[in-house]
Amino acid sequence: MTITINDTLALSFLIFTIGFIGVLVRRNFLTVLMSIELMLNAVNLNLIAFSRRLSDLTGQIFSVFVITIAAGEAAIGLAIIISLYRQRKTLNVDEADTMEG
Amino acid sequence: MEGALLTGLAGWIFGAFALVAVVCAISVVLARNPIHSALFLLVTFLMVAGIFFLESAEFVGAVQILVYAGGIMVLFLFVIMLVNVQRLPATEPYQKQIVAAVVLGFCLNVLFDSQLVLAPVAGGAAFQPDALRTAAGRLLGNSQAVAWGLYREYLLPFEIASVFLLVAIVGAVVLGRRSVEKMD
Repeated sequence: MTITINDTLALSFLIFTIGFIGVLVRRNFLTVLMSIELMLNAVNLNLIAFSRRLSDLTGQIFSVFVITIAAGEAAIGLAIIISLYRQRKTLNVDEADTMEG
Repeated sequence: MEGALLTGLAGWIFGAFALVAVVCAISVVLARNPIHSALFLLVTFLMVAGIFFLESAEFVGAVQILVYAGGIMVLFLFVIMLVNVQRLPATEPYQKQIVAAVVLGFCLNVLFDSQLVLAPVAGGAAFQPDALRTAAGRLLGNSQAVAWGLYREYLLPFEIASVFLLVAIVGAVVLGRRSVEKMD
């Protein structure tokens, strides 16, 4: 089977879309964060595919940065989840509605 | 074939990795139990790491396993244990606008893929494996070549990323601590 860059890009788009839908439809804060990680991973796939296609290392270097940002984002997001759980005893994103309106 | 990233057996392995990754990614979104979501997410990360290895990004693949599968997953599982999911009030796991969201996501995917159909990335010159491993005229390992770019051309972004991580650590500690009054 021959894989071209277009196949890798299609895979990356599919995973990104799944993450996007996950962010929109889930109520659980934890699963929303996991969906965001899926989207970031899809972007990495894109960068790596172009890195190989163009025979250029820059894409790989940038995906290291993306992984760094993802780690920081997960740490902050999970700290916010713990903070929310302590105050409201819930993980439902709809219950965090103090700033609504 | 012109512009091919992977051929033969590597292509089939890519297909298998891609299939498992997509199925597990869908399961992450569908699973009701957050622990199941986390484990499906772990499998997706490992499959994506395998694709990185196939596409000669060995260093990024190893970092993916170490940071995502090792670090971030442990963080997720730790928080799931900490918040005691079983005691939470049972709620419908999906938002009411699930149909609209799925249609919107489908449209987004069609929009992306239409770009691939309308303007596919052209074949161009054949892939040169050694080009990913050379720096300053010398042939290096992949990690060495990535480090070469990271510490020379992209030194400032690298330092900014380290400061970002410091800010994230401090922020996580501040957000996660109990208030002083309650501890007394």
